[in-house]
Amino acid sequence: MKILVLVKQVPDTSDVKFDERGVMIREGIQSILNMFDQYALEEALRIREQYGGEVSVMTLAPEQAKSALQKCLALGADKAYHISDRAFGGSDTLATSYALSLAIQKTGPYDIIFAGNQATDGDTGHIGPQVAEWLGIPHTSYVEKVEKIENNVVTVKSLLEDGYRTIEMKLPALVACIPPPNFEYSNPTMSGIIKAKNKPYIWMKADDIDGDKSKFGLNGSPTRVVKMYPPPKREKGQIFTGDYREAVRKIIEHLKEKKVIE
Amino acid sequence: MNLSDYKGILVVGEIYDNKVRPVTYQLISKGRQLANDLNTKLYAILLGNNISQFANDLIYYGADIAYIMEDKILENYVAELYSAVLSKFIENLKPEIVLIPATHTGREYGPRIAAYLQTGMTADCTDLQIRNGKFIQIRPAYGGNIMGEIITPNHRPQIATVRPNVFKAENYDKNRKGEIVNVKPDLSKVNLRTVIKEIVKTTQTGTKKVDEARVVVSGGRGIGSKEGFAILQELADLLGGAVGASRVAVELGWMPKSAQVGQSGLTVAPDLYIAVGISGTIQHIVGMKDSKIIVAINKDPNAPIFNIADFGIVGDYREVIPIFIEELKKELKK
Repeated sequence: MKILVLVKQVPDTSDVKFDERGVMIREGIQSILNMFDQYALEEALRIREQYGGEVSVMTLAPEQAKSALQKCLALGADKAYHISDRAFGGSDTLATSYALSLAIQKTGPYDIIFAGNQATDGDTGHIGPQVAEWLGIPHTSYVEKVEKIENNVVTVKSLLEDGYRTIEMKLPALVACIPPPNFEYSNPTMSGIIKAKNKPYIWMKADDIDGDKSKFGLNGSPTRVVKMYPPPKREKGQIFTGDYREAVRKIIEHLKEKKVIE
Repeated sequence: MNLSDYKGILVVGEIYDNKVRPVTYQLISKGRQLANDLNTKLYAILLGNNISQFANDLIYYGADIAYIMEDKILENYVAELYSAVLSKFIENLKPEIVLIPATHTGREYGPRIAAYLQTGMTADCTDLQIRNGKFIQIRPAYGGNIMGEIITPNHRPQIATVRPNVFKAENYDKNRKGEIVNVKPDLSKVNLRTVIKEIVKTTQTGTKKVDEARVVVSGGRGIGSKEGFAILQELADLLGGAVGASRVAVELGWMPKSAQVGQSGLTVAPDLYIAVGISGTIQHIVGMKDSKIIVAINKDPNAPIFNIADFGIVGDYREVIPIFIEELKKELKK
């Protein structure tokens, strides 16, 4: 089975800060493998364990994202594709998904493609569905578990807001994964890190993927970010200690005023 | 692409459990405002089977034309199917703006439509404005640490997914006139390789859905046990709300995943969010910080949740919540 996992390196949003003009303060910010992608990778590795095959990982990102791909290799992926070219600078989700779909066609075909349901920086959740659309294959988002693959059909558990669905898709298909609440992320082992050094690491440029170059990068991106700014701060409210009844009465009074209670 | 060929605003509505999802009406209300600002028409569409009874409500909330796309094949939502027929419909209708609910389903089929039409899409908008005739899409990124304003200058339609509950469904008017148009799905792009085997609801029947409720009472590690959630349910019931949970409470098996608020769960923006025994990790805060009023109850005075709460009570919920319920009952009796 040929398996591909699409991954992204993201800033660790738990400590990301912006200045007053909305420019990210990059100093001291760690870059990490997007947690949704790591879960997708671990699902892919589990599927490889069960059914055999090869797991490749792919990213479209500047050179510094190498550490994220190396982590994937150290966790057990067999091969990494790193698509990096100035031509891809400024790509929005449409341009990114287009370039990825070209690289997938170039390096594939794959039986199943895994992606994170979303990345913790942009949080769009577009890449999985859009890659599937460019490739003309079915996909499911919010996949918490890949249950099985049998007779060229993958069965997945996909979360709804109030439950889940069990869905079957004919391969090739794409699954956009979301970690279950109790999922524990593994760290690469020392032997994994050493093995990773000898695994194929393939760099790809814009010229290495055929396609319409006018759809690459900023030129191929229909959306423009025109402004960034910090969200309006919530003013620190009233904190009560001690007399609970008095506190509760004040809160209820406010809720009445705001017509939450009528 | 000739931009002036694209006219009007289309709201894609959603049917869920044989009902119209409330976010549909919220988007129609907002779409009505935007359409007035642009002096253009508002369209709304619903897909499904036997759904014509909902057409009037689309108009009463503000649509000029309600498209009802009915077919047996549309009975169950499937991403590749819905994205294919909507792509064809939108390609034909040529609206300048398309609004799609940022539900799990909308976030699944929506991006495929944008890729098919090769146009721009902005995910999870929390505000939409018309400024100097331009459509401005406002959304959070980096875990809610930053807001971005996004435009789609040279491509049409401009597609946005919009979070439930950021806009109010309003101005319902049974005297509003509009046109109901029945359309058949264009299946020429459909190549169905997906089968839905099973749909399982983990939310108890009869309880409100966390993502749709105007009041959410959420519990975290501090609740201490599954049984501890009973009193939160009692408070939620009094307020006509739903019970949510932090990731830890779901991990510990105290509440189902469908109650989880936060980065890997639901994003909610109710009128009132009561966080009980929740310390307030960034991952949790991302999922609820746009709530209109936040109340936090926690034993730890240093819990980060107090930094974003409008009201905080430092104390044990076992003592605080019963008093809350008691006082609320008095109030509601009045």
